[in-house]
Amino acid sequence: MRHAQAAYGSEVTGGRTPEERLAIGLGWFSIGLGLAEAAAPGAMAQLVGVRDNERTRGLLQAFGVREIASGVAILRSNPDPEWLWARVAGDALDLAALARALDDRRSDRQRVLMSIAAVGGAAAADVYAAIALGRARREPAAAGRRARRRGRGEGIRFTKSFTINRQPDVVYGFWRKLENLPRFMRHLASVEVIDERRSRWRARAPAGMTVSWEAEIVEDQPNERLAWRSTEGSTIRNRGSVRFVPAPGARGTEIHVDLEYAVPGGRVASLLAKLFGEEPEQQVADDLRRLKQLLEAGEIASSGTPAGLRSPAQPAPRGEAARLAGKGERR
Amino acid sequence: MKATCWMGKQHVEVVDVPDPAIVNPRDAIVRITSTAICGSDLHLYNGFVPTMHRGDVLGHEFMGEVVEVGPDVHGLQPGDRVVVPFPIACGRCHMCEKELFSLCENSNPNAWMAEKLWGYSPAGIFGYSHLTGGYPGGQAEFVRVPFADVGPLKVPEGVSDEQALFLSDILPTGYMAAEQADIEPGDVVAVWGCGPVGQFAIASAYLLGAERVIAIDRVPYRLQVARERAKAETIDYEEADVYDTLREMTAGRGPDACIDAVGMEAHAPGIVGAYDRVKQAAMLESDRPNALREAIMCCGNGGTVSVAGVYGGFVDKFPMGSFMNRSLTMRSGQTHVHRYMRPLLERIEKGEIDPTFIITHRARLEDAPRMYDTFLNKEDECLKVVLSA
Repeated sequence: MRHAQAAYGSEVTGGRTPEERLAIGLGWFSIGLGLAEAAAPGAMAQLVGVRDNERTRGLLQAFGVREIASGVAILRSNPDPEWLWARVAGDALDLAALARALDDRRSDRQRVLMSIAAVGGAAAADVYAAIALGRARREPAAAGRRARRRGRGEGIRFTKSFTINRQPDVVYGFWRKLENLPRFMRHLASVEVIDERRSRWRARAPAGMTVSWEAEIVEDQPNERLAWRSTEGSTIRNRGSVRFVPAPGARGTEIHVDLEYAVPGGRVASLLAKLFGEEPEQQVADDLRRLKQLLEAGEIASSGTPAGLRSPAQPAPRGEAARLAGKGERR
Repeated sequence: MKATCWMGKQHVEVVDVPDPAIVNPRDAIVRITSTAICGSDLHLYNGFVPTMHRGDVLGHEFMGEVVEVGPDVHGLQPGDRVVVPFPIACGRCHMCEKELFSLCENSNPNAWMAEKLWGYSPAGIFGYSHLTGGYPGGQAEFVRVPFADVGPLKVPEGVSDEQALFLSDILPTGYMAAEQADIEPGDVVAVWGCGPVGQFAIASAYLLGAERVIAIDRVPYRLQVARERAKAETIDYEEADVYDTLREMTAGRGPDACIDAVGMEAHAPGIVGAYDRVKQAAMLESDRPNALREAIMCCGNGGTVSVAGVYGGFVDKFPMGSFMNRSLTMRSGQTHVHRYMRPLLERIEKGEIDPTFIITHRARLEDAPRMYDTFLNKEDECLKVVLSA
């Protein structure tokens, strides 16, 4: 298995998750079955109990090529759940063909029924692997991070980094003054500081709603690191940290943001948020770019057009122009 | 105000749009007095640059009078006469500190889009697609200039609009092309393309000490300007084989440096030209790199290929073997205009360069649609169009 994985250019780093191992097994099963169908269609026809003639041989050979292709695709894609879904579609084709064979009196009913059971089992394994793998892939760096995730809700965790051409004390100082955050974090409506540790955050949610929660600072190493988390009982459970590291060669400060939160409403809400274009990782990348613009250039770049991408590059009417300041462009 | 807008492939119109206003504290509003159509505007005109929208205001070569400044703009006042660089630069990021102004990290509001196509984003550019910021351009009566404390250069009274206008783009672009060719005494420099940038690259190569400059084009009147005004020797590539001719002209050495002042819409005779046109039309390659291919093949061993022509995406049949095995160097980039404006203005004032020799057409802003057509089709011996607003 190891050898084969390397041959297909997959990563062999520190072992596979169980769902990946299952997917790879299914990939090899596909190739083996496909080779048998393509090389010995007559023997295969007998084995599954369908009548052995030119037509079924041709069909079996075509199915064999399909099996080989999907097997290779699964192995080459390291494995990608999409290709497992392709296998599921193939299983459906197989089942349809076998169901037709059941009506054919020249078929061996016993063998066809057993074949249907076998394909059904493989299909179940394919569906399971596709779903499990898809779920694991949606969470970045699946295995290690899942192990660290606590609680039951669907969590999102990711890191984002940017370099800002200002000294760490300046960048830290700006961030530590939490009221500044909504100036570059577009989804935040406000941050209200309650005391040295606690603050109240209000965010814009999809479809014009707002949500709010209370956060507390759990670690504060001036000019180096700041960490926070939502307090007990918050509707949006989240935690985050930002490290401020001097960039090499007087290039300013590297900021490394690490965010983790449970999405209210679980998967459905997360999916809805994506439909509204609120991809969290992309949002943070945009936020950090705006922070860089603010701290370096003193303002957030704007084309000065009314709706950015959605409008032609023409000046906004005079009344609207002032409203664009500090907003930057929408994606 | 009136502005020249891109309305689709080979279709521009001068229409009424809102006047620009101050948005950010470092903005200025400039009333345009003179603006030009650039060869790179023709790439937009021909629809080869992605992310153009119907109604986009064009123009990145312009100058005029400051009429309003934001609260954080120091050293610039209403009434100042300025020429504005085409890349927008904040002056404070790492790239700006290294004087790589066309790579400013803070001026492209659509940087994410450029990152998808190019990996990382260059600076924002006036009137040059949404990929480089979606900024309204300067072929208009007014323009909003961000980071106005960094870009605009005040023009002294003794210098006319026509003398100063090309500091916004093509004069620095031709100059940077020659500078990046690393010219040493005795060098022979070959320049592909005798458009305005090519003409300025020829003149700049001489200023930087080239022994001989050989210009390549196929349009007789442009070759004539290169010979008579820029003092180049010339090759008409439809009359002679470029490689053989350059090799003979340099006694077998090949040019020490080659400058591509053509870019993504190169014409090529015969089968190769047809090949690239078909692939470009089928979107299998975005750019037609014939001048670039030829510049590489023709460059002498150990020489430098300097690319001033604009490319947008992907090229095909790139002669990597020639490039690698012969220790060539390639240098390129959108022009870091800010770095060259002041020294070149001084050369203009001293009479070392008179950039006005390329102007063939003078018209009103309203005439922009007709002038785009004239320029594209090289009608009426058109080399450079200046519009006054």
